[in-house]
Amino acid sequence: MTSPLPLDPPLPLDPSIAPPGTRDFRDAGGIPADRWRADQNGETLVPTHCCFCGVQCGMYLRVDRAGKVFGVEPRNHDINRMRLCPKGINAYQQVNHPDRLTAPLMRRSRDEEFAEVSWDEALDFTVSEIRRIQGDHGNDAFGVLGGASLFTEKTYLVGKFARVALRTRHVDYNGRLCMVSAAGANKLSFGIDRAANPFSDILLTDCLLIAGSNVGECFPVMTQYLWGARDRGASLIVVDPRETAIARTADVHVALKPGTDSAFFNAVLHVVVAEGLADEAYLAAHTTGWDEVEKAVRAYPPSRAAAVCGVPEEQIVQVARMFAGADKAMAMHARGIEHHSQGVENCLSVINLCVATGNLGRPGAGYGTLTGQGNGQGGREHGQKSDLLPGGRSITDDEHRRQICRIWGIEESDLPLAGTSMMEMVWQMQRREIRGLIGICNNPFVSLPNYRTVKEGYDTLEFHAQFDFFLSETAAAAHVVLPVTVWAEDEGVMANAEARVIKHNKAQEPPPGVRTDTWVMCEIARRLGHGDTFDFPGSREVFEELRIASAGTVNDYYGITYERLEETGGIAWPCPATDHPGTPRLFEDGRTAHPDGKIHLQVVEWHAPMDPYSEEYPLSLTTGRTVAHFLSGNQTRRLGALVEQTPRPWVEVHPSHGFRDGDPVRVVTRRGSLVLPALVTEAIRPDTVFVPYHWPMPTAANGLTLDALDPRSKIPEYKVCAARIESAAQVTEVPAPPTAPGHEAYPETQASRTDPRPPTSPQGRGTAERG
Amino acid sequence: MMGRTIFIDPGRCIGCQACVSACRECDSHRGKSMIHLDYTDTGRSVASLPTVCMHCEDPVAPCAEVCPADAILVTADGVVQQADTSRCIGCANCVNACPFGVPKIDLQAKLQMKCNLCYDRTAYGLAPMCATVCPTGALFYGTLEELQAERPGVQVADSFAFGDVVVSTGVAMVVPADKVRWPVPGGLPVVEVNGVDVR
Repeated sequence: MTSPLPLDPPLPLDPSIAPPGTRDFRDAGGIPADRWRADQNGETLVPTHCCFCGVQCGMYLRVDRAGKVFGVEPRNHDINRMRLCPKGINAYQQVNHPDRLTAPLMRRSRDEEFAEVSWDEALDFTVSEIRRIQGDHGNDAFGVLGGASLFTEKTYLVGKFARVALRTRHVDYNGRLCMVSAAGANKLSFGIDRAANPFSDILLTDCLLIAGSNVGECFPVMTQYLWGARDRGASLIVVDPRETAIARTADVHVALKPGTDSAFFNAVLHVVVAEGLADEAYLAAHTTGWDEVEKAVRAYPPSRAAAVCGVPEEQIVQVARMFAGADKAMAMHARGIEHHSQGVENCLSVINLCVATGNLGRPGAGYGTLTGQGNGQGGREHGQKSDLLPGGRSITDDEHRRQICRIWGIEESDLPLAGTSMMEMVWQMQRREIRGLIGICNNPFVSLPNYRTVKEGYDTLEFHAQFDFFLSETAAAAHVVLPVTVWAEDEGVMANAEARVIKHNKAQEPPPGVRTDTWVMCEIARRLGHGDTFDFPGSREVFEELRIASAGTVNDYYGITYERLEETGGIAWPCPATDHPGTPRLFEDGRTAHPDGKIHLQVVEWHAPMDPYSEEYPLSLTTGRTVAHFLSGNQTRRLGALVEQTPRPWVEVHPSHGFRDGDPVRVVTRRGSLVLPALVTEAIRPDTVFVPYHWPMPTAANGLTLDALDPRSKIPEYKVCAARIESAAQVTEVPAPPTAPGHEAYPETQASRTDPRPPTSPQGRGTAERG
Repeated sequence: MMGRTIFIDPGRCIGCQACVSACRECDSHRGKSMIHLDYTDTGRSVASLPTVCMHCEDPVAPCAEVCPADAILVTADGVVQQADTSRCIGCANCVNACPFGVPKIDLQAKLQMKCNLCYDRTAYGLAPMCATVCPTGALFYGTLEELQAERPGVQVADSFAFGDVVVSTGVAMVVPADKVRWPVPGGLPVVEVNGVDVR
């Protein structure tokens, strides 16, 4: 038996001897994988990054002697230090998956079955439909919807393709369901849209506030930074209606009622002001609008917020003292506060708190949003958003329009005006204002709110094409499906949640019949007579044009080259010259990107969520992710290990409702109802139920959610709507993922899908509870 | 406790099961995970606990002691290896003997499966796959000194009491610093063996 070990005094580590992400913040140990004998079977390791979330962990893909990706090996990239989450570990299995689409699918009407056709036939039909619809109804009758899991080069091309090849104003992307509230708040306050601090700053902070982010499940690898900060003595505050894995051991867990975030943060700021904890010198030197904000938060005493948010008054005071009392404090948030009809305001109320306490632009002091999609940051910067042009330029600014027309070599009169947001475009489809659509890298049948409206909008389209590598639920309802590459079959850049641009490398050739999204967009453009402005053999050439198109803007990529990215492991923009080191931390000189250099503080007033509570609908329904799945699940619902971990959705309810684990429970909202197995837990508020959203109808959370939008960001209010629950007879089975005609979803991966039980815990099924 | 070993810290575990997926990637048992991941407080919290082989030192490897085929070998470095496939008869004696519930039987192959601390990696100086990828450091590989340098004040236990029997292990657990009682309660006491009351 071992004798007791001496008790070390729990002193925090001195950050000066443990600088961020370098020395004592060590990896798991051992020599790097590329110096191991992983090459014993003649395999090669291709350094790249994960395709999934905004952390963008580095990884090696293992490629066999036949040139096929067959595995993954941890990579000691300084973002993740070899760590990976279950999605990242299983990501490679998509590459040579039997469900891959390898030939274009086509049908002339939705009554017909899909048939596999040649690329020429599919593209000829697509081009003739674009010509017909635009000829009959005008250019704006045809729309394009992109995605933020595309490489930045492709997102640039989506915007250019819509504006130059199709000359339509109607282009938007699925970051509209993800990042736009944070983007709107960043622009208003700082004039620059990105997180202010790198991840490594988390290790230097004294107080970390996480609002509306289930970090342990949505950004698992970031958890090492949270625990690292706590090892160094930082306190952790988590604001979330659910007791998530990071909330479980946090110093303070504020379990507020969904849709009350800005009331809470206004009240925290109220206490900061009332107790004299505001940094008046910082506010005087660096901000505008403080007087108005200070006046507005006077109306939010802790007693009012406590009533609105359903949390103890003392907790509000405690959070204010912890955050404002820390030397260096950081606040980070994600969809939990952004997916609201007041999403922009919620983000602004967090910014106001950071700024009022002088926490900005210093190591360990600052602010950031955690981007949900791999390229949630880069995907919103270069022109696939309805109101933006490359370099974060505004499409309504005359000078910006002139600059881009010069770069693209088009007449200014040919550049369309601003379009509408993704959800608004669906409403326009319902009204036949948009009659044709190309969707690239998105699955709105699962990801957009209020499924019935979405289905009706898409079904009203006269022509609908989707690009994808698996047949998504949305693609399965289209006229033309064009099979494109997975991330490992092409190269390109993404910008992660730190705004660090990183390079993905090509690990294998695409299967025969599959093309890159770049090739498809350029080929359609060429057939529409715009070949001269779409002469891009690959991502590299698009990136060169993007560098030039962003030069001199706020989102300056000019100094970033593929070679530099490979040398450095990533460069944070703005990076205006090839000898510029990039900008990991913003505002270090105390200046923002606004012309006056000030932070423009904005008054925030809380309002109730858009879906009113009533006797019939007394509960709050909130939606979100689980760790084994990603977004609409078109990828992860086909990977066996992830399906086994979490085979199906569930409804999380508090024990006070009287259900037992596994009971069939009907969740009803004004939009519809679903029957899901109950997961009964005290880790959720009694007045709130939770449903994860990765599965399609008839088990889709978005069959229940509301398509109310934030008036500024146009983000849907996914995170709160009014609901009730009642017992039901039988749990609804999860449908198999769609496949091309004549194919069946790879059966080995689907073995657990039909199991009606809920997971053991929100993170999935324990290994002892598997079939 | 072994010099360079795994430390398990359930307080940091987020239950994501990256370890379970990573274990499955190992070339020596591809597609099969040896890790147990349990949600230990269901209905109340999302708490979770990964279990890898504890590589028992004293008494040395109960699984090996009871193996009728002498299939489970312990290498000089203290690692309790997976049952040798040329000897294992799939009898599951090891499953019953293990106080931590670690070994599994592959019923189709009629062979035992067990964590061998990723011997193919650790023998080359690499960390085991699970501890390499663990997003939170709930599975940490290194020496006690390295762990303590990174996590000030951390306390670990490497002996566990099962009734009157105390088992010392090569793998250690992080335990609450203010609640160190040696040895750590490992489970319920053994009350009956082969129908005989042994209390």
